[in-house]
Amino acid sequence: MQKHTFTISLFVGIFALTVLAQLGVINQYLQSVIMLMGVNIILSTSLNLVNGYMGEFSCGHGGFMCVGAYVTSVVTVLCFSKNHILGAPLLPPSMALFAFPIALFAGAAAAAVAGLVVAIPSFKTRGDYLAIITLAANYIVISAIDNLEIIGGPRGFMGMNAAVNGMEGIVDIPWMLLWVLFGTLFSVWLLRRFVSSTLGKGVPAIAQDEIAAEIMSVDTNRMKLIAFMLSSGIAGLAGGLFAHILGYVNPHSFDIMKSTEVMVMVYLGGMGSLSGATLSAVLFTVLLEVLRPLEIWKWVVIPLLLILLMQFRPEGIMGNKELSDLFPKLKKYYSFK
Amino acid sequence: MKKTTMKLLVAFLALALGAFALMGCGKDSDTIKIGFNLELTGDIPKVGEASKFAAEMLKEDINSKGGLEVGGKKYKVEFVYQDNEAKAESAVNAALKLITQDNVVAIIGPNSSKQAIPAGGACNDNQTPMVSPWSTNPDTTKDRPWVFRAAFLDPFQGPVAANFAAKQFGAKTSAVLFDIANDYSKGLAEIFKAEWEKKSGAGTVVAFESHGTKDQDFSAQLTKIVAANPDFIFVPDNYNQVALIVKQARDLGYKGPFMGSDAWGSAELMTLCGKECIGQFFSTHYAAAGAQGATKEFIDRYNAKYKYVPDDVAALTWDATRLVLQAIQEAGKVEKDIKAERKLVRDALANIKEFAGITGTMKFAGTGDPNKCAVVVQISPEGKFEFKESVCPQ
Repeated sequence: MQKHTFTISLFVGIFALTVLAQLGVINQYLQSVIMLMGVNIILSTSLNLVNGYMGEFSCGHGGFMCVGAYVTSVVTVLCFSKNHILGAPLLPPSMALFAFPIALFAGAAAAAVAGLVVAIPSFKTRGDYLAIITLAANYIVISAIDNLEIIGGPRGFMGMNAAVNGMEGIVDIPWMLLWVLFGTLFSVWLLRRFVSSTLGKGVPAIAQDEIAAEIMSVDTNRMKLIAFMLSSGIAGLAGGLFAHILGYVNPHSFDIMKSTEVMVMVYLGGMGSLSGATLSAVLFTVLLEVLRPLEIWKWVVIPLLLILLMQFRPEGIMGNKELSDLFPKLKKYYSFK
Repeated sequence: MKKTTMKLLVAFLALALGAFALMGCGKDSDTIKIGFNLELTGDIPKVGEASKFAAEMLKEDINSKGGLEVGGKKYKVEFVYQDNEAKAESAVNAALKLITQDNVVAIIGPNSSKQAIPAGGACNDNQTPMVSPWSTNPDTTKDRPWVFRAAFLDPFQGPVAANFAAKQFGAKTSAVLFDIANDYSKGLAEIFKAEWEKKSGAGTVVAFESHGTKDQDFSAQLTKIVAANPDFIFVPDNYNQVALIVKQARDLGYKGPFMGSDAWGSAELMTLCGKECIGQFFSTHYAAAGAQGATKEFIDRYNAKYKYVPDDVAALTWDATRLVLQAIQEAGKVEKDIKAERKLVRDALANIKEFAGITGTMKFAGTGDPNKCAVVVQISPEGKFEFKESVCPQ
């Protein structure tokens, strides 16, 4: 039974949230916060694969998110709204429901390919030097989009609402909320399956000792390639969702500030802990919202909390343990695979 | 020990979530709530601050007189400020929070287009009137019946600068230096170039150079510009970069004049630029020095209260807020139901044909974008922005 309780409760939870949102019990604002929470969970868990499990220091996660956001947006805009590139929309709005996941996948795939920019140099460099490369990757993506006039350049890109409206035209339920919840679930599930698989065990092996891992027959280059591409691909999925929540993207929403935010979430939660990354993404999003009335003081309070946390619990909220490791009794009730 | 820490953390998390769920309750029936979605932290905190100061001044004005009179009854006004951190996603959240938690009648802001475009979408979808004081990107109000603005658009400002410079400097050729990563700067530069070449023939923009947002050194671009020997340089850039550009151009031996845009018009410009900027011209929303009537009164009071001359954002926020308040008054009554009240205010806003603001008279032709005059100011030897000429759309 406990094999399935968690899965069942997750799906029941998603269903309940959707129903509550549909009935208006959860207002638009709370929905938007929940959606951003989901996006942040996807981002922090995916960065955790590289920064936590693999022990590298990637600080350009925003760049991959940006690639995903733009590719997904361009696909849905070409398909569903009038645009200056192709003119009339390619598909009728009733196709939105089928095309949207494909667009999300296309965004994720493009971001994974962009991840190669970091993955290939990582064969020969590591540590601080690789960190600089990831930083450069972030800048490359943003400057490239700034100079691409066809997708708006620095003015940003919009028209994605047509796809969302198309879906709502079929069945009027909060589709974006549903997509974000499923996207979050899918990403965490995928990462969990990957790191606990035989293949994925190579990732923490690289973190501990790359040479020893190589001797023990781990193909480190292949592992790095997979880890970076998976991590950036999932970030691309987050970007695609993010773009459709807002209905507008601007390259400067994904600059170094965004990457830093994601890094903060990873280190707050604890490196190498999926439940930690999830928990910290939730906590971080809620803190940002709750402390909004403090205005400028918010940016005193949040960093201060971070310093205090690092002082008294330097390994992050969860350390490198999962929730079920800290509370073994929980294992009786759930198992998440 | 570990367990206690964990328990504490869990308790903290629960508390935070609880506080979050409880927020935003209660509504007073004799007050009218207006929301402000401002850039109080992040890249451009001065912009948000100026907006907030102007709004606070207006609120004191109204409430000290007993409130806003609507349909024979006086209502106190309450302004709710939400910080959007100068981020797009945060601006949407702030707008949604104002709409659903704070139950505001209308929203003023965001100022910058990067935030105003997505927030405008959220307001339009949720049928809440929004007025952006400062956003110049056409997308902010395009196809959005619930979104308005108080500033003129870039497609108007570009030709103003081109025409004025041609007349003032007797110029035949020009050069442009702009920020490629800033949509405002890039858009304006392109509009200016198109207008200038239409007037003076192809190839008369002898240099069209760009730089990045955080650049400090412009010597490569400026060397090219100086070598091309233009009659003047158009710099549609933020004030902090203007200061550097003007100084570096003089160091490279450029003697001619500069022409700027409304982003020059910050109280900080003269502190950063000093005597090098004296005598230069730029187009903007209003001229602080030599202002008269209501504009002068606003400037003097703001200056007395906050100890600096208000820049265009403050003045535009003042106008945007007064525009909303006038719409509320013209609606003639206050509905108890917030949705009905928002509809009333939107319709009243759309019905305003002409509005006398301190940044000039605005005429609305049913698009949410005002038709208003721009002014060209010259920087005086005392560092004041002096009125030179007013240019109105035909």
